[in-house]
Amino acid sequence: MEQLSTRQAALKPKDYKSDNKPVWCPGCGDFSVLSAFTKAMSAMTLDPERVAVISGIGCSSRIPAYLNVYGFHAVHGRALPVAIGLKITRPDLTVLVAGGDGDGFSIGGNHFLQACRRNVDITYVVMDNQVYGMTKGQASPTTAPDWMRSKLTPHGTRINPFYPLVIALASGANFIARASSNDPNGTARVIAEAVEHPGFSFVQVLSPCVTFRPEQRDWKKIVRPAPVAPTADPAVAARRLMTDDNFFIGTLFKGGRAPFESGFAPRAEVAGELERSFGLTA
Amino acid sequence: MTAGGILLEVAAQAGYHGIMTRSSGPQIRGGEAAAMLRISTFPVESHADVFDILVGVDWLNAERFRAEIPLGPDSLVVGDLDGRPPAEYLATGARLLALPLSRLAREREGGRENMVALGAISALAALPRGLFEGVLNALLGRKGSEAVVSGMACIEAGAQCVAGESGTFALAPPAPTRGAIWNISGNEAAGLGAIRGGVRFVAAYPITPATELLEWMAPALEQVGGVLVQAEDELASVNQLIGASFGGTPSLTATSGPGLALMTESIGLAVASETPVVVVDVMRGGPSTGIPTKSEQGDLNIALYGLHGDAPHLVLAPLSVADCLFTTQWAVHLAEKLQTAAIVLSDQSLGQTRALIERPAEVAFVSGRSIQRTPVAGYQRYALGGDGVSPMALPGTPGCQYTADGLEHAPSGTPSSRAEDHRRQLDKRRDKLTGHDYGDHWALIEGDGDVVVLTWGSSLAPVREARRSLAGRGIDVRIVAPRLLMPVQPARMREALSGASRVLVVEQSHGAQFLHYLQAFYPRERGYESLAQPGPLPIRPEQVVERFNPRGSR
Amino acid sequence: MKTITTRVEFLAHALAIEEEAAERYAVFADQMQVTNNPEVATLFREMARLEDEHARRIEEMSGDKPLPRIDPWAFDFGDAEPPEAVDYTATHYLMTPYQALGLVLNAEQRAAEFFQRIADGDGEADMRRLAAEFADEEREHVERVRRWRGKYPPPEPHWDEDPDPPNELE
Repeated sequence: MEQLSTRQAALKPKDYKSDNKPVWCPGCGDFSVLSAFTKAMSAMTLDPERVAVISGIGCSSRIPAYLNVYGFHAVHGRALPVAIGLKITRPDLTVLVAGGDGDGFSIGGNHFLQACRRNVDITYVVMDNQVYGMTKGQASPTTAPDWMRSKLTPHGTRINPFYPLVIALASGANFIARASSNDPNGTARVIAEAVEHPGFSFVQVLSPCVTFRPEQRDWKKIVRPAPVAPTADPAVAARRLMTDDNFFIGTLFKGGRAPFESGFAPRAEVAGELERSFGLTA
Repeated sequence: MTAGGILLEVAAQAGYHGIMTRSSGPQIRGGEAAAMLRISTFPVESHADVFDILVGVDWLNAERFRAEIPLGPDSLVVGDLDGRPPAEYLATGARLLALPLSRLAREREGGRENMVALGAISALAALPRGLFEGVLNALLGRKGSEAVVSGMACIEAGAQCVAGESGTFALAPPAPTRGAIWNISGNEAAGLGAIRGGVRFVAAYPITPATELLEWMAPALEQVGGVLVQAEDELASVNQLIGASFGGTPSLTATSGPGLALMTESIGLAVASETPVVVVDVMRGGPSTGIPTKSEQGDLNIALYGLHGDAPHLVLAPLSVADCLFTTQWAVHLAEKLQTAAIVLSDQSLGQTRALIERPAEVAFVSGRSIQRTPVAGYQRYALGGDGVSPMALPGTPGCQYTADGLEHAPSGTPSSRAEDHRRQLDKRRDKLTGHDYGDHWALIEGDGDVVVLTWGSSLAPVREARRSLAGRGIDVRIVAPRLLMPVQPARMREALSGASRVLVVEQSHGAQFLHYLQAFYPRERGYESLAQPGPLPIRPEQVVERFNPRGSR
Repeated sequence: MKTITTRVEFLAHALAIEEEAAERYAVFADQMQVTNNPEVATLFREMARLEDEHARRIEEMSGDKPLPRIDPWAFDFGDAEPPEAVDYTATHYLMTPYQALGLVLNAEQRAAEFFQRIADGDGEADMRRLAAEFADEEREHVERVRRWRGKYPPPEPHWDEDPDPPNELE
């Protein structure tokens, strides 16, 4: 049992919640992930004002307003660049990004790849329910090709699903984990680990949509801890992920890449050098 | 291009004013290129109606520049003995002066024809040859002194071979005294304005003709502890700015039309979330990929109206190469002060023109964002009242945590779809802009004649040239050129146009976008006349003169 | 329960169990309030109050001795979730009081079993006595909740049918 008695008496998880009540459907996995965020922050004894949670659009992207930290609820698919701009210029903050599978892997897909490559020290938590909830249940990039419950794709998408962890690994993410909303404490642990690991950390949380994918209530019967310890070797991680059935949970990869450093240290005065370059050469 | 740069620098050191623009073919390497210079005893911002001297170092594909290089019967075409200038140029009545450019270059160790040509020009224009050595040293010194020695030898040889024509186009002696002179492009000037205004973060995606602005800023930002990030696309660029600005850092990006189109959704986010950002659009020919290397004022509509919803924001346009500095700096200040998005409409002809300008005075416009620095009970990020600008808490400030939102919101920031919240926040975001006093900088107004030319951006330069020309013919033209395009300033514009008998609207746009904007926001009982032409050809001063003094009418 | 051997460890676990239950019932009460199910909202609100009271009593028991601070994932519940926490996916916006109390009933039962296991275990005698008291109390709750549920009819067969489709939000 890990005891962190050296830490100061800290804020309780509920102290990280705001007074806004979630608009999610009762039964939604995102309630659990919200709880996991607050538990992770409490366990890390983060000052709420030194945390920023950035999101795009979608059910799960509503999270910032439910937290008592600084938040930015940006446009669809663009949470990662907002977070990267913030972290580069405010390295003193703990920056997390929260969102869903459509926001992160479809409309924001390129930012996901580039964020993995850039390896800025932020944590990206994707609540994956394989569906678009806010627009009434369309297929997302992680939806199985034969899922036929959407009016937009009545014959199924018939296109290959997106495997976010594999893609994160191939793109250079420095920390890769999968969690399940059935275990908010385990999810909190993974989020805390992700925040503490340097560089770009990616956490996929299997988080059921009970309204459009009621069958996902059964995920709790399928998810199980990965029977292996995290690896730092991308080749080992790749092999594991390629043979994974997408229901193993736990931290799968902890890389050793140095995070992106920008050297940002703004000064108010304008260097005279800048002007001298325009003077005549004589 | 190198020879053009040397010539401009020598002219500057000799005490002259001048500009250099350029045009090039579509090839990445080895293509035809034209450097177009104007050297003058007074400050100039555009080319005159005709060029005096056209020098062809070689003539391959040179006819492609014919429309951009007008010549007249008094012009001189200089080329190699063995070359054959395109007939189009000689058809203007210009005189041909064939010189042994190639042979003279060959006869000298490491000799180059463009240096021989430079020598010829220096003799024709009577520029002090002594200045060339210093400039060559500064520009070519890296390549070793042989390059300087051979360059000087070529310049001497070129000068000698036109001895008979020396001084044909001699410049009058320059004005004796003036302040420090800068040799600067509009893109560089905009970059400096951004930094002077407080910008310390730039995220951008390369795009012609804005890339040079970014290339100048990357090392310049480092000198003030700032950062430039090359983002994956324009969507990322503008959103990185929003993140950095949310954290308290004044932020800017530069792009061109296609990039601006991609950014518009998030510029709306900056407006709705009241996060200051500045986007410099160095316009090029459009629509779509259009003509990336050449200028057009065709992005006015998207800058004014391109955001979805009612999204009041700032649109500004620099009026000259030098003014790129002031207007960009002012835009940063206004965006920060008013917590909104500002779009600065520069264009290729301002951005990529090098001009000799007097060192611009420093102005006091520095960020000046209203910040909530101390904890306050019940902090409301989007509080109503006052001038509509509500203090912004930055992350790290205890007790003021809030979520910035692109969803319509209550004063607290909590999403709201209620009619009254929507109405109040729309009012807030509008009123803070319309209620601000922009002062005299809103426009440049010159002269008080009762005939008026209303123009904007890079079209001002030929209009000013035309005004000088018309003044010589006894016609006093008043120029009104707004620097602030949004929000509109009806009272000021009424005053600026008071007593006008005619108002001619001059712009480089096929669809007369500026005219339609004026008709919508500054309706005038007697209407407007329009001189609207698409890029890439610049408006020529003579086109404006003609409207007031038709040929043969006097 | 191999790591729960002392009184303070036990109290730390018990406190976490009650606080988590209180927090979760509060979340469920909010859910039902937001989705316009006031009867069940009131019921969950009451459960949150009761669990919170219990948590405060445990805090008092610990006296001046600070309980060890344990990360949420480091507790030894013998399961991922604390025994008295109702699964987040178990609620439904059309659920009836009967169903809500069924969830509560199961939670109280799990709590009783958890405390009983500790009482039957091989920790400090003082701690085991306390655990037995807690187990008794939870069993009492089970009975109370059962009686409470008896006041409500079981749900109609098609209780979760909604003639209206879900809303579009964004």
